[in-house]
Amino acid sequence: MLKSKITIFWLAFLLLTSTVSAAGLPVKLKAVDTPNDKGGSITLTFEDLSEDTTVVEYEILRSAMEDNSFQLVGKISSKDTKFIDNSVKDGVEYLYLLKVAKEDDVLFSAVFGPVTSGGQWFNTQRINVLLGLVICFLFILGFIIYGKRGKKLYIRPIAGLQAVDNAIGRATEMGKPILYSSGLGKMDRVATMASMNILSSVAEKTAEYNTPLIFPNYDPVVMTTAQEVVFEAYSKTGHPEAYDPDNIFFVTQSQFGYAAAVDGIMTRQLPATNLFFGTFEAEALILAETGNSVGALQIAGTDSTIQLSFFIVACDYTLIGEELFVASGYLTKDPQILGSIKGQDFLKALVVLLILIGGVAGILGWSWIVRLFSVG
Amino acid sequence: MHTGTLIAAFLTLCIFSFLYKDNPFYKFAEHLLVGVSVGYVLVIALNTTLMPKLLNPVFKEGRFDYIIPGILGLFMLLRFFPKYAWLSRISIALIIGAGAGVAIPATLQAKIFAQMQATMINFASVDGIIVFAGIATTLAYFFFSKEHKGWFGTSARVGTWFLMIFFGATFGYTVMSRISLLIGRMQFLLGDFLHVIK
Repeated sequence: MLKSKITIFWLAFLLLTSTVSAAGLPVKLKAVDTPNDKGGSITLTFEDLSEDTTVVEYEILRSAMEDNSFQLVGKISSKDTKFIDNSVKDGVEYLYLLKVAKEDDVLFSAVFGPVTSGGQWFNTQRINVLLGLVICFLFILGFIIYGKRGKKLYIRPIAGLQAVDNAIGRATEMGKPILYSSGLGKMDRVATMASMNILSSVAEKTAEYNTPLIFPNYDPVVMTTAQEVVFEAYSKTGHPEAYDPDNIFFVTQSQFGYAAAVDGIMTRQLPATNLFFGTFEAEALILAETGNSVGALQIAGTDSTIQLSFFIVACDYTLIGEELFVASGYLTKDPQILGSIKGQDFLKALVVLLILIGGVAGILGWSWIVRLFSVG
Repeated sequence: MHTGTLIAAFLTLCIFSFLYKDNPFYKFAEHLLVGVSVGYVLVIALNTTLMPKLLNPVFKEGRFDYIIPGILGLFMLLRFFPKYAWLSRISIALIIGAGAGVAIPATLQAKIFAQMQATMINFASVDGIIVFAGIATTLAYFFFSKEHKGWFGTSARVGTWFLMIFFGATFGYTVMSRISLLIGRMQFLLGDFLHVIK
């Protein structure tokens, strides 16, 4: 009760002060829940006083409706007219007050509020992304249906993928294992997902030829997925008994610890073939060089652009970027995957066309077309 | 000399010995690195994931909804029990589905829209034209459902030149950074360890 009375007195005092100091015109303040965010933020805007050279800085004071006591939450320079309060709790009602510190005076805004923050389900600044996704979805879905209806879908030869069969055959003839690595990527990376698709095709062939497949893992979730994928492939080819879960094992989540361990495996088990498909970082050259030194035939594929150059110099075949993603379609000839590849090809053509249109529009001064691609 | 410096120098030399061939010293350092790193990562996972994101919210804050991801995590451990191993597929499906769901719009936004707009903005310049030519021809190389013949094949070949220029540049740049790492190690061995250089 006493606290409430003090607060009312405090508010009355501030309002009175602001009226006196600003000659009846308090500084205009507005506070709103920050739009298009996940919550926990209120945006304050106030009138521009930059022409007033005596303004030193602004102080933002905040009070929860229940607390009834204004606290300083931030200071900003006299040139700014906006402040984002990121220290609020969603659902709590707040009051705001702006204090304008001048060289010879102090102004206050009227108390603004109550205002509450909250998260939004939809970011309206990203409607273009949604539209882009819908277009991608329609193109890919359309070609998947096209492929599923039995229409012939051409896919150009990719040297690295043509060599996979030979590489497996080589290991079988030499009686040596195949070493597979998906690098440092976790299961949420698209390259790791693509790697699992390739692993499935490789495992089907190693199951048929009874060739050991060794897969040291950096991530335990990838290991679990790989075990599932390989077991399924072995079962599919009618050789579930040949599946050895001990060949797909976790090593460590230390980048160079992983590289050291895989290097050791290569020099001790002398695989005939090394397959590196996934996300790789600085360990790429260490692995590929060691593989080269033990005489393994090496095929690599990654979307890690910096590491591609190392694979190109140290491996026999390299899948560059998106070639990794089309590998599963190429290896399985699955019309569903081939359809999606064709859909993506058309999207690439669309991208080039849109860049051309946007570029010309920019030259002609129709910059709104260029702005359509801005993402908030 | 500090004991830590001696151990670090010994282990560095153990790893360098792999340049000659696989040997017991390298094996020792390799196994030590793998073992220590697994233990370290386990403690990190405990302190940065398990405690703050599961145990503390459930037991200290009463956030019982956090038990759901906890159960999904436990499903992964059921792989050790063949009878219930299938349950781990639920967790894997969630990880892959959520991963793809987050990655695809983010890629479209950050890698496609942003680059398209940047190319459009700089279109009216020599640089802009070269960049556009690079994009168009490189994308032609990554066109898989059309044979690379005729004018399209020529475009794709030009695209490979752009790619090779990029790979050459990144190769040189990264080799330089790797050499600086080697220099760092040599400075440690010759300076901190042997005191030959200052």
